[in-house]
Parts: sequence; C-alpha cells; structure tokens
Amino acid sequence: MTASTVDIALFAAKLAMVFFVILTLAAYLVFAERRVLAWIQDRKGPNRVGPFGLLQPLADLIKLLTKEDFIPTVADKWLFYLAPAMAAIPAILTFSVIPFGKPVAIAGHQVPLLIADLNVGLLFFLALSSIAVYGVALGGWASNSKYSLLGGIRGLAQLISYELSMGLSLVPVVMLAHSFSLTDIVVAQARLPFIVYQPLAFIIFLVSITAECKRIPFDIPEAEGELVAGFHTEYSGMRFGLFFVGEYINIIVLGGLATTFFLGGWHGPLLPPVVCFSLKTLAVAFFFIWMRGTLPRLRYDQLMHLGWKLLTPLALVNILVTGWFLQIVA
Amino acid sequence: MSVIDDIRAIAAGFGVTLRHMLARPVTIQYPEQKRVPYPRFRARIVLTRDPDGGERCVACYLCSAACPVDCISMQAAEGADGRRYAEWFRINFSRCIFCGLCAEACPTLAIQMTPDYEICKRDIMDLVYEKEDLLIDGCGKDSSYNFYRHAGIDVTQPRGEGLEETPPVDVRSLMP
Repeated sequence: MTASTVDIALFAAKLAMVFFVILTLAAYLVFAERRVLAWIQDRKGPNRVGPFGLLQPLADLIKLLTKEDFIPTVADKWLFYLAPAMAAIPAILTFSVIPFGKPVAIAGHQVPLLIADLNVGLLFFLALSSIAVYGVALGGWASNSKYSLLGGIRGLAQLISYELSMGLSLVPVVMLAHSFSLTDIVVAQARLPFIVYQPLAFIIFLVSITAECKRIPFDIPEAEGELVAGFHTEYSGMRFGLFFVGEYINIIVLGGLATTFFLGGWHGPLLPPVVCFSLKTLAVAFFFIWMRGTLPRLRYDQLMHLGWKLLTPLALVNILVTGWFLQIVA
Repeated sequence: MSVIDDIRAIAAGFGVTLRHMLARPVTIQYPEQKRVPYPRFRARIVLTRDPDGGERCVACYLCSAACPVDCISMQAAEGADGRRYAEWFRINFSRCIFCGLCAEACPTLAIQMTPDYEICKRDIMDLVYEKEDLLIDGCGKDSSYNFYRHAGIDVTQPRGEGLEETPPVDVRSLMP
C-alpha cells in the first residue's frame, strides 16, 4: 500500500483547510458571542471595527499579540509556558476524528471528509477530553497564585464529576450504532438521528459538554466573581489568548461531536452534507451562548450533586433500558 | 413535582432572554446620534448679561464659596460709577462636578448652567475657562431680570428710585 503524491497533497490540503476553518471560526465565535450576549442585554455589542464590526477578531488578535507576555517571578516557568498549549492542542486534535461531510471524489480519488477515520474515534475523544484538563490544572499550579490554584483544583474536581456521565451517556449511542467509529455512528443515523431514540442521553451529554468546555453555568474553574479569573488569572497576552481560543475551539469541536452522536451528523434535507453539519454545529454553539446569557453559575457542590447524584444514575438507567429494548427488538 | 417546576423555570428564563435578543437595543450610537438634553440639564457654565447688555456678575464670591470642589475663582474690582465687576473670572472645568450650586447661589442670575455637555479637551489646561470664554451675549434663562433695577443702591440710580422701592425713611421720625 503506497500513498500516491495526489493522496498526500489532498490530505495536506484537507489538513490546512480544517486548521484554517477551525481557527477562523473560533475567532468569529468570540465575536458572535459578544454580539449575541449584547442583544440579550438590549445592547448592540462591538460594531465599530469594519462593517458590522466584522473585523473585531482581527483587532483582538493584534491587541493580544502586542501585549506584554508577563511571567510571575514565582511561577514555574516551563509549566507556565506549556499549560496554554496543553489546553488548546487536545481541543484541535479532537476534531481530527469528526466526520464533517460525506466522502467526496476528487480527481478519481475517494476523499473521506475527516482527518483520521479511527475505529475507536469515540474513545479517542474521551481520552483527549480528559487530557485537556491538564492544561487547566497545570496552568493553575504553575502560576503560583492562590486564585489560579483554586481554579485548577476546581477544574480537576469538575472533570471527575462530569466525565463519567458524559462517557455513560455515549454508551447507548455505541449500542445503537454497533461501532466506536464516528463515521459508522453517522452512517447509522441515515434514517433518524439518535436524538429521537435517546433524548435523555442527549440532554445528559449536552450538560456534560457544557461542563467540559467550562461554560456558564459550569464555569466554576474560572468563576470571575470568586476567583478573579481562575486558572488563567496570571496569564496575559497571547498565552491568555491561547486559553481563550482553546475554549472556543472546544465549543466548536463539542458542538460537532453532539451533531455527530445525536443530531445525525452530515445527514439532512436538501442542503449539501458539509453545510448540514456546519449548521447543526453552529446551532449547538449558539445554544451555548444563549445559555450563557440566561443561566447563573452553579455552586461548586451543586455541580458535584448534579453530576454524581443525578446525571450518572440517570445515564446508567438509560443504558439498562436501551439494552433491554434492543434485546426485545432483536 | 419540584423537578418539573425547575425545568419550567429554566425554560421561562430561556424565553426571557430570547425575547430580549429579538428586541430593539437601547444603545444610542453617540458620535452619530446625539440625544437632546432638557433645557435645565446642568452642563457647561456661562456668565450672562442683563437686558441692557451689561455684565450681571457683581463679583460677590458667593458662587466661589458655594462651590464644593473650589473650581471657581475671581478677583473683584470696582468701576468708576461704583459698580462692582469681576476683574478676572475663572472656572476650572476639569474640577467642576456640574452640581449647579453656583447657579443657585448667584443673587444676580449671572452664572447659569447650559445643556451643552460636550466639553472634552485633549489638553487639560484647555478646560480652564477664563472670563472671555464664559461670558455670553445674552440673558440666559431669564431675559428680563436686571439686578440693578431692583437693588443697585447708589450706583445706577439714587436711593429709593429703583423698581419696587420706596423712598428712604428717617427712622428717628417713625414714632408711634
């Protein structure tokens, strides 16, 4: 099996395109969030830079890049350098297993519209989402400030309480699709998306991914009212920007995953597959923004309570019921 | 059931935010859109003239004394006819808090507030207004009042000759 030059070129083009689209989308998601939050609060939001404020992300980028990169003298330098990358890289990596369109034929080559078609894509995602919290925990630890440390500790505790229910909510999806591969999961939803069969699992997954990307009402590691800015209190300039962009990449990636697992992936009426996938992903992202404008932050113990005493048992019962049902039908 | 109530409450919250998302923003786009303040809005301070065109200010220092941030200063002087006026009059708008106590204190209606709120300068020294910057060619809010017609003793007319004035009485002759 030898890869031809055309195959390599197509793969490289695909990789570059995904990188470009994800990063641009993340930057514009920041802008979209500011505008939507402003509308919710009866304001207009940033509308000065360029037409409708559309160049605002560029202005933000220039600002972040030209700011001083400050490192506290008491900080653990190497971990302090590494932590933002450790938060942002797993978020981008996760996207490599998400199929964002039907395989297309270009110049006689069948090109699958995803980076890596792993047969354990779902497990890959779960592993990376656990690794992502290292950025938060180590960033909080390396800053050597009490607020950062508290934020990091909270990040870890939050991970333990939602990760379990997130994994368990995906078990029924695997049971229905008979595969860990995300492509197979999407193909299995050709007739009906899994949200129809598994509304409870979808809700549990949605709550869990909100906690995963540390968004209000689960932004406990940041909690600007209590912890200044939580784990990234001591960060400035582009290092802070990396944490920030990582969070928004996470929103897009998790929106894409929710689309893949429950909303039918690229399947959809009329529109081309890639457009269908993008619209569903952006709808989930919009819901996240809407939720931020609506709900207050949960208390630390309330998240624990919700994760351990409500979501995990519900997910377990959901698995049992799904298994029983599949047994009856089969 | 409390769970159902909770879910309903959360859904109601999402409804409220959706309604506001679709509502018209209250923002005024300032440099392009300017709101017109009410006539009694307290902003830039002016010194007015009486209907005859003379300065109303008699340099009594009451505004300067009333000012809580000490932004008004002046030097009193006397004209050849015995009429007092301010030799120089200075308001430091970088200190002024636009409380309007000076205008309330003024017995001659000389110092008045105007609704012109756009007084921003690049250089802070440009915010120190001298008498020629403050003095306007008009009466301001009261177009008829002339202090000296009512109380300008021995300056514009002899004692007892002003409006609403009676001739002076020799108190020693006021026996019951």
